[in-house]
This record gives sequence, structure tokens and C-alpha cells, in this order.
Amino acid sequence: MLLDENLILKDVEATSAEEAIRLMAGNLFEKGIVKESYIEAIVEREKNFATGLPTKGYSVAIPHTDKEHVNEKAISVAILKEPVDFVIMGEESETTPVKLVFMLAMNESHSQLELLQRLMQIFQDDEVLHSLAHEESKTKIKDSLLQLLNFQLKGGE
Amino acid sequence: MKKKQILIACGAGIATSTIVNDAIESMCKENGIAANLVQIKITEVGGYVDTADLLVSTTIVQKEYPFPVINARAFLTGIGLDEAKAEILEQLKK
Repeated sequence: MLLDENLILKDVEATSAEEAIRLMAGNLFEKGIVKESYIEAIVEREKNFATGLPTKGYSVAIPHTDKEHVNEKAISVAILKEPVDFVIMGEESETTPVKLVFMLAMNESHSQLELLQRLMQIFQDDEVLHSLAHEESKTKIKDSLLQLLNFQLKGGE
Repeated sequence: MKKKQILIACGAGIATSTIVNDAIESMCKENGIAANLVQIKITEVGGYVDTADLLVSTTIVQKEYPFPVINARAFLTGIGLDEAKAEILEQLKK
């Protein structure tokens, strides 16, 4: 699982959910982590199955799509300069203003349970979300996420 | 009592349904409920119309099904979690 400074985008200026998603997916493609097809696939997926999640603090979104578009497992995080509206997961049109986008590139089904559970724990902690949203250093964001997600980064993976 | 079949669905069948699946599995264990959990993409629900007792979905369900549908977003955000669990348990005890 890859999570490094190159995948953490700060002060992202986007005017719509789609723009934010395209920017993040484009970055993942440039880094070779996903195939080009991932970009359209994830935009389409978000339209049909929205991933905005209201929390006690900043709303988050977890765009993701099918594994065939993914080369390498990774998480990309974008902190938006101004929140943009994402449709809420499970709702037809109701939106929530999202500040933090966690884009998932996953290449196996049913294999990321612990990681996802830890991610959801982050979403349930408004203080953690607040500190991630306001941290200036990408390295610190990465380090605290790695710690929170309890990655085992052995052998420089 | 016949073992209930619970469908756990999300858009991709990879991410959010994995979390919900695990949470419901533990919930069934705690409550001594024997259930058959099936993790699927929402587009696959049609294949289970004749066998499922309950659909728990993190994503929007646009079709009508002969079994109850429960929104599972609470398992991701923690908001309204107790209510969602109670609703599922009530359906499973029927």
C-alpha cells in the first residue's frame, strides 16, 4: 500500500466534486499507480454511487472504483482549499460540503478490511480530521496517517 | 429458525461493503444469530431476489425488492449507528 507525499495534495482548488476527483485521479495516473481508464471510471462511479460522508466534523469523501483500473494499491488524500459539495453516499441528490477527499486505489476485493476500518475510525474522530485539514506539512500528514492506519512499511514499501 | 440471508451491498463490492460485512458479522455473533452474509455490488442484487431476507446497502437502492432495505452509512460514519444496528436486528429476529 502506497501513501507518500506525492499523493497528498494540499490547498486544492476545485469548484466541483468532479474537478477534485479528476485532479486526484490524474495525479495517480501520472505516477503510474492507476491506468488511464481509472480517471473516467472513478468519475462515472461517483456519479452513480456517491461517496460523500457527513461526519461530526469536516465532511469527507472516499471515491474509488473497480480493481481492474488499478496497478498498485494506494491512498491519495486531498485537502480542499474550499469545501466542495459531494452527494452523500446512499442519497439521491442530498450533498455535503467535503473538505477532505480520500481516494482509494484498491486492487483486491475483500482484502483491505483493517485498513478501511481504521480509515473509518479517522472519520469518526473530528479532532483528527481537523488536525489533518489544517496541517501545513505534507510529511506530517503522511506520518500521522501512516500511524493512524498502522501501516507496516517494511523494506521501504 | 431458517438461516437468514443478508445481502451487504455497495457500489464496487470492494470497499464500504467490506466494513459493513464485518460489522454485521460481529453483530450477529454477539446476538447469537446465524446468518448467511453475502457481500455484493449493488448491481448484483437481482440474482438474490428469491433467496435474500434483507439488503443492507451503503449506496442508493433504486429498485423495489421483496425484502427490507436498510441504509448502512452509519457503519462508516458512526452517526446513527445504534439505530441502524437495532433496525437490522429487528429484521433478523422476525
